[in-house]
Formats: sequence, structure tokens, C-alpha cells
Amino acid sequence: MDARDGDHRQGNNMTDIIKTDAVIVGAGPVGLFAVFELGLLDIHAHLIDILPKPGGQCAELYPEKPIYDIPGFPTISGQGIVDNLMKQIEPFHPTFHFNEQVEGLEVLGTPEAPLFRVTTDGGQVFEAKVVIIAAGGGSFQPKRPPVPGIEEYEGKSVFYAVRKMETFRGKRVLLVGGGDSALDWTLNLQPIAERVTLMHRRDDFRAAPHSVNGMRELVAAGKMDLIIGQMTALKGDNGELSAVACKDNANQTFDVACDAMMPFFGLTMKLGPIAHWGLNLHENLLPVDTAKFETNAPGIFAVGDINTYPGKLKLILSGFHEVALAAQKAHRYVYPDKKLLFQYTTSSTNLQKKLGVA
Amino acid sequence: MTKITYVDHSGKAREVEAENGATVMETALRNAVPGIEAECGGACACATCHVYVDAGWIDKLPKQEKMEEDMLDFAFDVQPNSRLSCQIKVTSALDGLRVTTPAKQG
Ligand SMILES: Cc1cc2nc3c(=O)[nH]c(=O)nc-3n(C[C@H](O)[C@H](O)[C@H](O)COP(=O)(O)OP(=O)(O)OC[C@H]3O[C@@H](n4cnc5c(N)ncnc54)[C@H](O)[C@@H]3O)c2cc1C
Ligand code: FES
Repeated sequence: MDARDGDHRQGNNMTDIIKTDAVIVGAGPVGLFAVFELGLLDIHAHLIDILPKPGGQCAELYPEKPIYDIPGFPTISGQGIVDNLMKQIEPFHPTFHFNEQVEGLEVLGTPEAPLFRVTTDGGQVFEAKVVIIAAGGGSFQPKRPPVPGIEEYEGKSVFYAVRKMETFRGKRVLLVGGGDSALDWTLNLQPIAERVTLMHRRDDFRAAPHSVNGMRELVAAGKMDLIIGQMTALKGDNGELSAVACKDNANQTFDVACDAMMPFFGLTMKLGPIAHWGLNLHENLLPVDTAKFETNAPGIFAVGDINTYPGKLKLILSGFHEVALAAQKAHRYVYPDKKLLFQYTTSSTNLQKKLGVA
Repeated sequence: MTKITYVDHSGKAREVEAENGATVMETALRNAVPGIEAECGGACACATCHVYVDAGWIDKLPKQEKMEEDMLDFAFDVQPNSRLSCQIKVTSALDGLRVTTPAKQG
């Protein structure tokens, strides 16, 4: 389940600006349903998520668990509701940008005619009339091992993702973990690194059997090393690793000499760049009003787990309600001259055309 | 009444009354015991509810399932007495259980 740490992204140089009505930050259940409510009002959306797939917490944390409080569904699994939402929003042809973290949000327009520039860590730039922040508990990011001083090494010799394979050419690389990411990168880096070492706390791997077999063959052929143990400290100067101090399961200590280390310990949710967008924050949440679910910045909305207001409940159904109301206000910004008519999907041919059923 | 003691990294012990049927993780959160984060809410998907079970208790607990053993890969400084507290259900048989929380849940 950890072939997902956003480590498959490749640097791209897309400098073309994507102009769109709405950018949705986060493709969790609430971000997905925002596509639907915006779509009914002819507002086209691009969704951006750091994960490689849609569904946020539902898909990442509990895909197989049943949810019992989605109105109209006595029971549905985490992945089930995501699959259904994906089907439900299909008529609106949203554009997904996965494996990208939204880094920057800049105001270009005025409060009356908002316009925003949204930038991602992958170099993608968007210009949007409204921004819907559906960032839930924050970006899913690789867990940082609680090894003293690790921050100093990050980006120099400790990496949580492979941006460029070349970084590892001719290096002694230590990979730590037992899931798909650890095994995949062990196999991918083995041909270009001077030496790869895989370390895991037990001689049992969660990764796909064919990659585990591939790894074991390389070990048997003397082309890489496998160590059963855990890291305890980093050694090196100025962020450049020289060795990682480790211990085995009998608490015997030893060092693994290496130039680079990649820890794979799953994901955790971090608020991330949202804190730097100049928005009012209350305990890492975005306060909104309950009529429009707009933040203190006109044209920037916050829906789902990321927002807060008196009585807020972090439930999927609350998020669904919130996006319906936010879309109404978003319509005023995107189509300032159009009057909005309240319509039902059951009876409005206009809405049914948009849904592709009329 | 089932009593559970949580010892934090510095050695400070907190004894609380646990409701049978709740998990050791839930019992900690309900009693505001620090040291357990439980980011995934007990879905066995985060390993931030890692505890060390006191010697003598480890064999009395229900065996860990493969899912828990796998998720422990995401915890740090895993020891033979490591468990994920969201996977341990409280029963009267656990009266007197002592667990220690790690310095950091990662
Ligand atoms: C174990 C568990 C059980 C639950 N059970 C229920 C239940 O039974 N009923 C219920 O209603 N709710 C339940 N919930 C809560 C429910 O999952 C959340 O309320 C819901 O997922 C919130 O949806 P969201 O779209 O707001 O955010 P999320 O699902 O958190 O999705 C947010 C997405 O935004 C992305 N993101 C954030 N910041 C950025 C950025 N800067 N750039 C790119 N991407 C970003 C994240 O990677 C993430 O994918 C449960 C939660 C857990 C953990
Ligand atoms: S609470 Fe997440 S694994 Fe126990």
C-alpha cells in the first residue's frame, strides 16, 4: 500500500499557463464532489493532489473499511465512495494533476473580479477565477524518521523521492523499508548506483512478490546487500552523509557507509504550503463563513476537513453540503453577468444536458 | 473495572480506567494520555499509535494479525514488544496492563 508516496514524479518543465475557471486543491471526496457542484453551474475545474490517485483519506487510509453515514448508502467502502464520485463527476471532464503539491497561491485580481495564480512544485502554473481549497488534513507527505538532525541532510543526501535518477549515479545508496517504494527504488537504482543496500526491520517484505524475488536474486548474485536492522543515527558533515548508524534485532550496533539514504516509512498529513498563502488560520484550519464557505480572501473557498466554523463536523456529508453552497458564490465570480436559477437535477433539462442524460 | 497504565518516554505513569471493548489507543485518547497520535483513527494505516508492552504482558495479549505486523514497518525503533495500540481491544483479562509510549510517533 505504499507504492504511493509521490515518489514517481519526474521534474517537468511545463511553463504553459493553464487558464481555467476553478482550481481545486486536493482530490479527496470533498474536492471530487466540488467538481460536480461547480460543473452543474458550468464552472470547469482542474484538481491538483500530491497523491498519485484520487480519494484523499478514504483511498489512502481506509479504502476497505465500511462507511455507514453517507446519506442514501447504508454502507459503502472508502474506495467505493471514491469510485462512485469519479463516475458521478465524469460528465464534467475535470482535469487531474496528480503527484503535484500546490506550493503557491497569489492574488492577481481584485475582490470584485478575483483572479489567482496557482503554482505547483512540479512547475505547473494555473490562472483561475476561483480557488477551492479542499486540502483535508493537509498534503500526504513522506514520514520523516525521528533520527536526530535528519533535517540537515534532507535534499542533500537524504531523499524521500527520486526526482532524477542521475543524483544517485556512482553513489553508495541505503534504502530503508519493506514496501513497494523501497523495493522498486532498490531495483531501479541498483544498476546506476555504485552499491545499493536495502535495510528492513525484518526479513519479510510487504512489497509485490516479483520485486522481492528480484531483490533476492541480486543479493544472491552479490550485486547488492540486504541488511535486517533499523537506523539509529546519521553520521556526516554539512548534510553530506558518510554513514548511517544502525542496530540489528539483537541490539548489536553497526554502521552502514553510504552517500545517500532513502527512508520509506509511509505517509503523514502535513498542512504544508497552505500556511504561507496569507489566509487567516485557526489551529491549522481555514475559518470560513457558513453561507458561502469563503475564506477571508474573496474568491478563495475552503471546504471539507480543512475548514472551520461554529459547529463544524469533519464528516464527508458536511463537505458535500459545503461545496454546493460554495459553488453558488463561485458562480458570481466566474459569470458576473449571469443570473443563477435554482434547479433540480430530476427535472431540469438544462442540468440533465450537462450530465449527459437528456 | 479494567485499569491500564501508560508510561510516557520520560517515565511518567498515568493509570486510567478503560472500558471493555474500546481499544488501548481509544482509551488513551479519551483520557487525554499524551504520546499516542492515532492519525488514522484506528484503521491500522498510520503506525502513530505505537506502544511497547511491558514484559509479562506481551504473551497475554491477543496475537497480532499480519496487517498489524506489516503496519509496524512504518513505526520507528520497533522492538519485540512493540504493538499498535489501536489493534488491542480492552477486556477484563487486560486489567493491570502497562504500556510505554515512544519518544516520537514519527
Ligand atoms: C479511519 C477513518 C475513518 C473515517 N470514517 C468516516 C466516516 O465513517 N464518515 C465520514 O463522514 N467521515 C469519515 N472519516 C473522515 C473523512 O475521511 C474525511 O472527513 C474526508 O476524507 C475529508 O475529505 P476532504 O476531501 O476534505 O479531505 P481529504 O480526504 O483529507 O483529502 C485532501 C487531499 O488534499 C491533498 N492536499 C492537501 N494539501 C495539498 C497541496 N498543498 N497540494 C496538493 N494536494 C494537497 C491531500 O494529499 C489529500 O489527498 C474518516 C477518516 C478516517 C481517517
Ligand atoms: S491509529 Fe493508525 S495504526 Fe493505530
